[in-house]
Amino acid sequence: MEPSISTSVGSINLERPVMLASGILGISLDVFRRLHRNGAGAVVTKSLSKEPWEGYPNPTIFGLKNGGWINAVGLSNPGAPYFAKMIEPNNEIPIIVSLVGSIPEDFEFMIKQFENCKITAYELNLSCPHVAKVGLEVGDDPELVKKIVTVVKNTTKIPIIAKVGLGTTHYLDTVGTAIECGIDAITALNTIRAMAINVDTKRPILSNKYGGLSGPPIKPIALRCVYEISSKYDVPIIGCGGISTWEDAVEFFLAGASAVQIGSAIGDNWIGVFDDINSGIKKYMSENGFSTIREMIGVAKKS
Amino acid sequence: MQRNPNHTTICIVEKVIDETPTVRTLVFSDDVMSKVLPGQFAMVWIPGVNELPMSVMISNELGKAAFTVRKHGPASTALFNLKAGQQIGVRGPYGNSFDLKQGKILLVGGGTGLVPMMRLLTFMNPQDDVTVLIGAKTKDEVFFEDLANKLLTKNIHQVIVTTDDGSYGEKGYVTDMVKKLVDVNHYDGVYTCGPEIMMFKTVQYAHSKGLFVQASLERMMKCGVGICGSCCVGEDLVCRDGTVFDGDHLLSNPEFGHFHRNKAGIPEIY
Ligand SMILES: Cc1cc2nc3c(=O)[nH]c(=O)nc-3n(C[C@H](O)[C@H](O)[C@H](O)COP(=O)(O)OP(=O)(O)OC[C@H]3O[C@@H](n4cnc5c(N)ncnc54)[C@H](O)[C@@H]3O)c2cc1C
Ligand SMILES: Cc1cc2nc3c(=O)[nH]c(=O)nc-3n(C[C@H](O)[C@H](O)[C@H](O)COP(=O)(O)O)c2cc1C
Ligand code: FES
Repeated sequence: MEPSISTSVGSINLERPVMLASGILGISLDVFRRLHRNGAGAVVTKSLSKEPWEGYPNPTIFGLKNGGWINAVGLSNPGAPYFAKMIEPNNEIPIIVSLVGSIPEDFEFMIKQFENCKITAYELNLSCPHVAKVGLEVGDDPELVKKIVTVVKNTTKIPIIAKVGLGTTHYLDTVGTAIECGIDAITALNTIRAMAINVDTKRPILSNKYGGLSGPPIKPIALRCVYEISSKYDVPIIGCGGISTWEDAVEFFLAGASAVQIGSAIGDNWIGVFDDINSGIKKYMSENGFSTIREMIGVAKKS
Repeated sequence: MQRNPNHTTICIVEKVIDETPTVRTLVFSDDVMSKVLPGQFAMVWIPGVNELPMSVMISNELGKAAFTVRKHGPASTALFNLKAGQQIGVRGPYGNSFDLKQGKILLVGGGTGLVPMMRLLTFMNPQDDVTVLIGAKTKDEVFFEDLANKLLTKNIHQVIVTTDDGSYGEKGYVTDMVKKLVDVNHYDGVYTCGPEIMMFKTVQYAHSKGLFVQASLERMMKCGVGICGSCCVGEDLVCRDGTVFDGDHLLSNPEFGHFHRNKAGIPEIY
């Protein structure tokens, strides 16, 4: 029998295990449709705020000489109210709405905007490393995480995912706090705070100076985090960080992820990367006697 | 080792040429940029200011390229004000390029949209019969007319300038001239770059006559590589799927000719 690549992340059922990561091509329903048609099991929106944000001036992203990317886009986004209207007609694409805010009320307000939309899950961005008062600065504050997750869980019945990163509070503690407050799943990781300096001009390249590192250089770190989370807690995990081939994706399943997200690999390999990874996973499964993704999850921990 | 196109390379502005009171061409040496295809662009870093998408202009010197910039907002004005000896960063080249047809060719350009048109002229075959239409608001803003003639000395060709106010060349919109020409002539290829409304009408007229037509689009760009999403037009990403698109594809795109997105990603009407 052909192996099945459908998977579930807690109560979230996905036909395919590879999703679009937040912030990548994530601002238009038309583009979501194209990505879904090209193999994305779900799409995560750009992190949305209460109001539209312009983000930082360019340069906001560039590639490192030996691969990988550093970005400080500055969470530019059209705002939750506009976005909710845009996706209201959708009922075919599994959309996960990523939200960013500073206080519980921000999240409550935004979730209300999506009342008339079909949403697969919300992903709370507790981990963007380059914007003040949101993202990682929220994720680093356990009391705030507690309040936000609690309020969000009381606002909606839709599954809530917390996306974590590497900040000053140990990410395992942030995961623990989120689980205590009833989080449904964890996405690990966001980009890792980084910078680059141009030696000819003797300046940082990004307009914001600091940004987040993504792509192949962070894969071993993200993989380690997924392994650690799944070793310590019983919570569904979505692996993210540097995944660009089926082999990378399988590594994350074996480490304990139920699904994966890809971002930078789209810049490196374009949209065909979804189908490439999906079919590679399938081939690996048939060759290794797996008939479901579930059978692969966390297998590396047993050895 | 081949250089990573996504990593910024620093170049020195060697020469600045005034094209009009608001348009300048900045020449620099860079082998990679000197060889790009018509329609391709670079992300140009003005250190300490901003980074802008710019079509790569030709240079008559080997191993050199240029940017032709119109001063508009703070970023393009800073680029416009650079002097010889100052540094710029470039990454790319990005995007696809025009599909070359042979025979009777029509090029329609306006403003800095003429930049890819000039590079396209360097790819014409000597047998091609080439018409170049240059649209401008007024006489002061006309540039690249002489350059177009010079690039086409080996071809049967004509360069027609239109100005909205009639202060130079033919009076009227360049698209009125497009309509006139496609009504009476068959063209094997029509190529356009410039203001969106100009491209929209050009594509409509050419397409209605069953002509092969392509346009090179501009949108807000941050990454230039298909990551950030800011340049989306319908299902297409201009930086990665374009900048050049076929006319029939564009006419089936509900945003072409109607909307572009601002820095937050919200559609705005043209
Ligand atoms: C593929 C492509 C090729 C281009 N080629 C040329 C060229 O050869 N010559 C030329 O003068 N101009 C060109 N432009 C337009 C140019 O990039 C700027 O948009 C324009 O100069 C206006 O900049 P500004 O000073 O008003 O920007 P500001 O308002 O100062 O803001 C700067 C920032 O806004 C963004 N931005 C604002 N408007 C646009 C826009 N329409 N398109 C893309 N980004 C925008 C940029 O990301 C930039 O970082 C091109 C644009 C694209 C997309
Ligand atoms: C340009 C860019 C923008 C991003 N924007 C967001 C965002 O808005 N919200 C978020 O949670 N993560 C954002 N991320 C992080 C990605 O979702 C992902 O966690 C990270 O890039 C690691 O995955 P990758 O190596 O596959 O890119 C962004 C990443 C990039 C490169
Ligand atoms: S400019 Fe970022 S996707 Fe095109």
